[in-house]
Amino acid sequence: MSIDPASAVSRVLAQTTLPSDTFVTLSPHWGWLIALYFFLGGISGGAAFLAAMLHLFGRAEDRPMVRLGYLVAFVALLPCAPLLIVDLNRPERFWHMIWQSDSGGPMFKWWSPMSLGVWIITLFAGILLLALIGSWAGRVGLPKRLSSLADGTLGKVVAAATGLLGLFLAGYTGTLLTATNRPLWADTPLLGLLFLLSGISAAAAALLLLGWRRTHPASLSWLGQIDSYAMGLELAVLVVMVVTLGAVATAVLGNGWGVALLVGTVLLGTLVPLAAHVRPRLLGPATIPVAAVLGLAGSFVLRSVIVLASEAV
Amino acid sequence: MAQQTDIFPPPGEAMEPPGAFEAQPMGFYTDTTVCIGCKACEVACKNWNGLSARDGGAQPMSGDSYDNTRTLDGEHWRHVKFIEQFSEDRSQGRWLMMSDVCKHCVQAGCLEVCPTNAIIRTEFDTVVIQADVCNGCRDCIAACPFGVIEVNPVNNTAMKCTLCYDRMQNGLVPACAQACPTASIQFGPIAELRELGAARVEQLNTQSRDAGRPEDAYLYGADDSIVGGLNSFYLLIDEPEVYGLPRAPKLPSSQLPATTALTAAGAAGLGLLGLLGFRKRRMDDFAAEARAEAAESVRLAPGETVVVEPERGAKGGVGGEY
Repeated sequence: MSIDPASAVSRVLAQTTLPSDTFVTLSPHWGWLIALYFFLGGISGGAAFLAAMLHLFGRAEDRPMVRLGYLVAFVALLPCAPLLIVDLNRPERFWHMIWQSDSGGPMFKWWSPMSLGVWIITLFAGILLLALIGSWAGRVGLPKRLSSLADGTLGKVVAAATGLLGLFLAGYTGTLLTATNRPLWADTPLLGLLFLLSGISAAAAALLLLGWRRTHPASLSWLGQIDSYAMGLELAVLVVMVVTLGAVATAVLGNGWGVALLVGTVLLGTLVPLAAHVRPRLLGPATIPVAAVLGLAGSFVLRSVIVLASEAV
Repeated sequence: MAQQTDIFPPPGEAMEPPGAFEAQPMGFYTDTTVCIGCKACEVACKNWNGLSARDGGAQPMSGDSYDNTRTLDGEHWRHVKFIEQFSEDRSQGRWLMMSDVCKHCVQAGCLEVCPTNAIIRTEFDTVVIQADVCNGCRDCIAACPFGVIEVNPVNNTAMKCTLCYDRMQNGLVPACAQACPTASIQFGPIAELRELGAARVEQLNTQSRDAGRPEDAYLYGADDSIVGGLNSFYLLIDEPEVYGLPRAPKLPSSQLPATTALTAAGAAGLGLLGLLGFRKRRMDDFAAEARAEAAESVRLAPGETVVVEPERGAKGGVGGEY
């Protein structure tokens, strides 16, 4: 049967245009466990980066914050591997990502962000442990001589490697999403940058919260500056991303997820903390910790919306 | 190459194992214009590969289509799409039918991202998931530009069409192509299939031209313009989106250089801002020291004291309100 080009059929066909080729693909069912991992991984990597910066370029008065930073990075990292393993459909085969189960030898594909991520987490965990032990040597029962891991050239190398791998961990998760063919994730190259900035901002918020009135004000002031820069850049990147996504943003975020992103991340998680950094008495004497909690919540909402809004397509 | 259908010897002769096909790119050419939607391919695929029924066979009817399979997934490696194009008053219309399957891409996104090497390329240039290696990370599901792969709920690993790798290793035509009653699904060496497809396109478009209709037949994925070429390519008569196919599918890694560069630039920029913060702190400290020295140099009367207030606040840079 021939179709009249002017018929209703043609009009129906015209509506088959998709916002993006990514809308014909299937969801990998990455849910809350993965969103939580992205959040904790961002905090861990960001905290390690900030602690390493204070370690390498700060002064003696920054040492308490260095210790706190490595500790927060380590504690945030602890649940990451279990979260990823539990999320596998065959958790008992998690080691297939590290060692080739069929042919033997290390399993590594640098061009696969997931494979790269497995090795980043593994290496990061090891080097972070060294930095943590070095910075806490002489305390909590650790022998003083282990401070060599934090002092001198060795200490600088360990700190630099920890900070660098921390940056990788905070940023690769966004890149992992981009290296797919899913709506939103694969429609923008900005997710890696967005997650990196959000991770560092969340880490700074966590350190401000836990270090408030416990560490030197100069360390807190520096963290507050970094947090402000990271949040400002994060907001700018988020706006650019949504604008450039165009019809994809409308299709994926034009719903409750978009509202959650706007209220949870943009308004409460970014604009309020930014205002608090400018006016530290905005919300009373506890403005800084309150802003930090909001910043952390905003970061979690960001990860959740990016992961779950695409999953819902 | 003609499809090998005579797998049984003449009466009285011993049956010889046919042996594997020659190692060369093999695949499917699916002519959607002769598909009648019988779903024999779906049944044959499920039968040969021992695939379970969805929800233990309790899946309800779709209710709005003769298509109750609805999608490719870990239990449905073939899916006959029923594309129903009707005018609002249903006075005009047509059904497009297409037996969908894994495209066995020459540049396969699933294979590219797989972090366990569970996904391999065979000697026939096809793409196969090794169920005993897959750990169910599901990265391949997100990476596939065609929405082909899903987790099989029985063995909990990602699964899809193998192009009947086991049959091909024994010289047998894949089950779906063997079962197809209209030769909509044709199997053979890719080079030969491309010739078949091109001839069929020419035939259809000639008929259309003679009848004054649009020449709308074309091959989707027969050349290397779509992810390096599809080892399962299609003859279509409408836009790719109508069939649920991406117009310009891409590899997952296509944006890696851009996203990596942007992320690295962000990391470098934030690191630089951090260093500038340290520098500002030092400058503020120098200024504070200079002020303190200036205050100390003031000649003091006996018994007179000068209290130098520590610098506080954002301008001072040694803590502000923190």
